[in-house]
Amino acid sequence: MTHQLEIKNLHASVGDQPILKGINLTIPRGELHAVMGPNGNGKSTLAKVIVGDPEYTVTEGEVLVDGQNILEMEPDERARLGVFLAFQYPVEIPGVTIANFLRLAMQARKEEGEEVTFTEFYGKLQSALKTLEWDESIVERYLNEGMSGGEKKRNEILQMLMLEPNYIIMDETDSGLDVDALRIVSHGVNSLRGPNLGGLIITHYQRLLDYIVPDKVHIIVDGRVVESGGPELAKRLDAEGYDWVKELATA
Amino acid sequence: MTVNPEAASINTEYEYGWSNPERYAIKAPKGLSREVVEMISKAKDEPQWMLDFRLKALDIFLSKPMPEWGADLSGLNLDEIYYYIKPEGFNARSWDDVPEDVKQTFERLGIPEAERAALAGVGAQYESEMVYHNLKEEWEKLGVVFLSIEDGMREYPELFREYFATVVPPEDNKFAAVNSAVWSGGSFVYVPKGVKVDIPLQTYFRINAENSGQFERTLIIIEEGAQAHYIEGCTAPAYSSDSFHSGVIEIIVKEGARFRYSTIQNWSHNVYNLVTQRAAVYGNGVMEWVDGNLGSKVTMKYPACYLLEEGARGEVLSIAMASRGQHQDAGAKIVHFAPHTSGNIVSKSISKDAGRSSYRGLVKIYEGARGSKTNVECDALLLDEEARTDTYPYIEIEERDASVGHEATVSKINDEQILYLQSRGLSEDEAAGLIVRGFIEPIAKELPLEYAVELNRLIELEMEGSVG
Repeated sequence: MTHQLEIKNLHASVGDQPILKGINLTIPRGELHAVMGPNGNGKSTLAKVIVGDPEYTVTEGEVLVDGQNILEMEPDERARLGVFLAFQYPVEIPGVTIANFLRLAMQARKEEGEEVTFTEFYGKLQSALKTLEWDESIVERYLNEGMSGGEKKRNEILQMLMLEPNYIIMDETDSGLDVDALRIVSHGVNSLRGPNLGGLIITHYQRLLDYIVPDKVHIIVDGRVVESGGPELAKRLDAEGYDWVKELATA
Repeated sequence: MTVNPEAASINTEYEYGWSNPERYAIKAPKGLSREVVEMISKAKDEPQWMLDFRLKALDIFLSKPMPEWGADLSGLNLDEIYYYIKPEGFNARSWDDVPEDVKQTFERLGIPEAERAALAGVGAQYESEMVYHNLKEEWEKLGVVFLSIEDGMREYPELFREYFATVVPPEDNKFAAVNSAVWSGGSFVYVPKGVKVDIPLQTYFRINAENSGQFERTLIIIEEGAQAHYIEGCTAPAYSSDSFHSGVIEIIVKEGARFRYSTIQNWSHNVYNLVTQRAAVYGNGVMEWVDGNLGSKVTMKYPACYLLEEGARGEVLSIAMASRGQHQDAGAKIVHFAPHTSGNIVSKSISKDAGRSSYRGLVKIYEGARGSKTNVECDALLLDEEARTDTYPYIEIEERDASVGHEATVSKINDEQILYLQSRGLSEDEAAGLIVRGFIEPIAKELPLEYAVELNRLIELEMEGSVG
């Protein structure tokens, strides 16, 4: 079995509006790829389609996780295969503590009859909180409720550390973060990096990629990957803007 | 015990729908009449004043029209109800003395186990009579009284007569009147001055027979500076015909005392549950109602706090869940009679599958109740398009120097929340269940742990397969 996330000729739309028009990407475990591009060209749609948001209809193509097509699966089945989306706008769930939620999410990954033990949970939690420079009291708060934008993003990474996914998709995790928060969040992601972790980092800015150095960079314009390259591609975008890639799309 | 086949058509998830064969010492004929009232009074060997009280209440009941301002009661045929069914056996202090099938019923409901683990005292009512009532010795020694209402009347006649029907007189409403006429069973609780009963007392109500009525009467007196917590639970077999439950709960909270009354009502979906619960609260006393309405066909219940002296405080925390065929018309009443009294109402309802829940609440501030205030918060959660919720807030303020706040929200479980939770590995049902649990958390956290767990479990049971 090939351990990789493969996106093959992916077409998706919202209502009648096509947004993804044939995306092809292959991300082996062990690599993080940045996905960049102007607003409204399909980056977040790609993230939502991979996670299984029912708002989007896939009209063509495949998404394979370790060789398995996930497009017919429920979002929770995809999650249990090791796919994790750090949402751009994490929603608030009042009355549900982070601790309770983390435990349920960990439990959901267990086989029938297997329980998350206290030691397993607490040990992991301690280490994750330390990585994220967060006080333990945070987990008694309700999930995302009343949290600042930065706290919500940090909370996404906390979940990521606890659930140890194989493939992460980070949807503009850097938006709205100050420099300190950016450093902490990046440190969290980097602590998971290794031969078992693959994924996509969707961002507008080089800033995040200074901390999380990508193995490859892809540029999406008008629902297609128009250019791929190494980390230097992101630097070029930062310096020159998107005009030249838009020309690539119309070429 | 038999599983009632018709149960399936009423409520597939209801797990308490079995019943025992009927073996009774007395079963009064159907319908309400002077003869039935006299039969009850005679069976209880009551003083004359009580029989007179009952007969007067019967007249009041007959003279009052059915209320039309609330839930639809047109399906309730009062002539088809058995008003008094006395089970075999007697009000025992030991489970060993309870008839076997009745004892098994309560074992299946987990009552003796809960009693051993976490309760100061337990009462169990089967049909019209208490079949078990016991208080742990340590509390008895401190002067706490926890008896069936009949034993309370016999053993503490003066105390009983001083307070009985003073908080809820028979004239109050049609259902308080029917209860006053045929009341049977319920608890009598007395907590002496300064005694703090720090673990709960519990009474469990079980209806077994078809078409039966249960009319328990509970009288609770909390003396100055005393504290206690009382929990009520209820279930019944699921029948295709209707049963009728109409309790009256009267509570007196004296100066500086604190009392909490929690109900987890899980009647089968063929029960009309029309209950009058009211507390009279004196200076700086605190009364808290925690009211969970999950079962029944129709519930009309508005736990009330009458704040009679300065500094009295009343709180009502109410959760209702309405599924197909159910109407939960629940709410609260806070009435301010004295200065600097305060109230708080938090009502949360969940409606699904064409179920209907209504918040109906009265806040009244009389002239002279200066500096009084009450806050009302009602939140409704709708799980699908067919579900319905309504809010009927009645606010009457006669005093200038007083304030009432009212906030109401209606929300639906939103797809983004479901997606978020699913993306972490929870199934769609688990996700919806978790959101609902979060919604009721502010109230569930006020319950002792075992009851909060039970409440969550019951809601999850109701939730199964409800999203999609």
